[in-house]
Amino acid sequence: MSARLLLAVLIAANMLTAIAVVFARHEHRQLFIQLSKLEKARDELNIEFGRLQLEQATWAESNRIDQVARTRLGMVFPESGDIVVVRP
Amino acid sequence: MKTLNKLLSNKSSPNPRAGKPKPAKSRNRARFNLRGRLAIVAGTLGLCSLALIGRAVDLQLIDNDFYRQQGDARFLREIPIPTSRGMITDRNGEPLAVSSPVESVWGNPQELLKAPDRLPELARALAVPADYLTRKLGQRSDKEFVYLKRRINPDQARAILAHNIPGVFSQREFRRFYPQGEALAHVLGFTNIDDRGQEGVELAFDDWLRGTPGAKKVIRDRRGRIVENVDLVRAAQPGKDLTLSIDRRIQFLTYRELKRALLETGAASASAVVLDVATGEVLAMANLPSFNPNNVNGANRDAHRNRAVTDLMEPGSTMKPLTVAAALEAGVITPHSTFNTNPGWIANGHYRTTDHHNYGVLDTTGVITKSSNVGASLIVHRVPDQAFYDFVRRFGYGQSTHSGFPGEASGLFPAPARWSGTTKQTMSYGYGLNVTPLQIAHAYATLGNDGRAMTPTFVKGGQRNEATQVVTPALAREIVRMMQTVTEPGGTATQGAILGYHVAGKTGTARRASGGSYERKYVSYFAGLVPVDKPRFAMVVAVNDPTIGSYFGGLVAAPVFKHVMEGALRLMDVPPDDIDTWLAAQAAAEAKRSSDHAVAAMPMQDDAGDAMPDDATTATVAGATR
Repeated sequence: MSARLLLAVLIAANMLTAIAVVFARHEHRQLFIQLSKLEKARDELNIEFGRLQLEQATWAESNRIDQVARTRLGMVFPESGDIVVVRP
Repeated sequence: MKTLNKLLSNKSSPNPRAGKPKPAKSRNRARFNLRGRLAIVAGTLGLCSLALIGRAVDLQLIDNDFYRQQGDARFLREIPIPTSRGMITDRNGEPLAVSSPVESVWGNPQELLKAPDRLPELARALAVPADYLTRKLGQRSDKEFVYLKRRINPDQARAILAHNIPGVFSQREFRRFYPQGEALAHVLGFTNIDDRGQEGVELAFDDWLRGTPGAKKVIRDRRGRIVENVDLVRAAQPGKDLTLSIDRRIQFLTYRELKRALLETGAASASAVVLDVATGEVLAMANLPSFNPNNVNGANRDAHRNRAVTDLMEPGSTMKPLTVAAALEAGVITPHSTFNTNPGWIANGHYRTTDHHNYGVLDTTGVITKSSNVGASLIVHRVPDQAFYDFVRRFGYGQSTHSGFPGEASGLFPAPARWSGTTKQTMSYGYGLNVTPLQIAHAYATLGNDGRAMTPTFVKGGQRNEATQVVTPALAREIVRMMQTVTEPGGTATQGAILGYHVAGKTGTARRASGGSYERKYVSYFAGLVPVDKPRFAMVVAVNDPTIGSYFGGLVAAPVFKHVMEGALRLMDVPPDDIDTWLAAQAAAEAKRSSDHAVAAMPMQDDAGDAMPDDATTATVAGATR
């Protein structure tokens, strides 16, 4: 009698773990998809950041700033006559 | 079981039917043996199922691994997860090299060739001739992958994909962009199409910058589409960022001034190095001719060389401070020793060592101030061979600076055993040995750093080695003070003087050796330290083969030094150590301006300008050469 009961319990447990395995696997896949999605979003943002940095660096290129300052804004470097030295 | 039922029903149905057409025959037969027939059928079925079970055991238990592998191989794919290369920034965090995503459009020739009518449309979208595309696909008709267009703007890739031609796909790749362009091309180097470093810092720190691509398992269908992401095998490790010791602004200044000097002097090439004296960090390193690292082609390989690190040249007169220092350390001369350089030349074997003028009697400082070859020869004759060799070698000549830059040359500085009778005298003024501009900068930085040698480094805070005390601080300071006279009135490089700062420097003009003799081509040097009080920067400018105007280092290279250092001192907030000259110059300028106003009324006022103190005049002159 008890052997039969044990068998029934074992079979039930077996079924349960089998379902649990299926469930865990399913959940794993769901989470993995979510992870991939988030990682992708993160990468996109990183890449966007890199692009913006690149753009900023391109606009801020010394040569360009030099040109703009000299030609468009009409700036000049202070000559020695324009500098007043103050004794500390 | 189903088949069994079917068989059973089949078996039972013919029986009654069989009885109908020929009832007489069955009656004639001996008794119909049901048992025997059943046994045969059951036996056959039993054997069948046994075979099935046997096969199942074979599949499930014995060869299980093999079949599973075969199954997986047909739909499970491990695909790489691309990752970006680390960013390179300058010492203030400004990006110098950035990886940005680009798309590579690829096609599956087998699928593309199935719809040949769409190929012209694809060719138009790719902007290539249609027959070229057809030929390319035809050659690869048995393959499943061919790049159609690599590394294009994501928008362009989207436009191509928008045609919705079957068998055209796009994948992400990363491309390197260098916002500083050619100003920093040599130091940074570049990467190849597979994002591996090929030269410069990109090569030296390739392992650090490069990420490890990850991998994930996916299930793919027959046409290569991803059905499901199964598992992450290994996460992608993005490359690490690298902070260089380069200062973008000083670098730009250096490049700009060098370029201007190249244009003005018609030189073939030029290099400049700026070192931070206290840490050995390379603040700027520029070379000309340069190239555009954003669009590297193999055509102009000569311009790819980082000349400041790879090219060997004779240091010329920039060697003399080391000669003098060696003699002072050996105790064979004092700062007040005098040398008679009459008649402006001295024998050196069959040759002569000559000065530009006959400088007469010079003291030790005067030898450096006037850059007297004869003086240097007289000094080095008193120094024992081995002592001279050891001393110069301690400054790093003849050995790599260990900056870690790929392709760094270690120079040529032969040991005394290989000297001929004239070698030592020739070396005393910088011939007969080969060094790189970086080595000269390193030697001068050592003098400026109270005799402590720091390994030059391209990485911010990258100093790994302990400083080695090469000479005593007192001797180093003595030499720096002697070099200060070079940029002062009477020196060879008054063009190197900077208003408000004391500059220690040394000019050099070396004739270029070629094929066993010296040709009429020159390398013009200026190596300097600023400010003398507590040196912050060491800079070396080398201009190779100036053809327009003068070739003297003081006229060609010193102005570059002055302009770059003026900017660098301002950018790095280095306090002036020579305010008095500055104030005097200001007073002089003030006087000149008021005299200009009054010049019509009182011409006599002009003389006031001539009556200024001596150093103030030079300062104005130096200021005016800007």
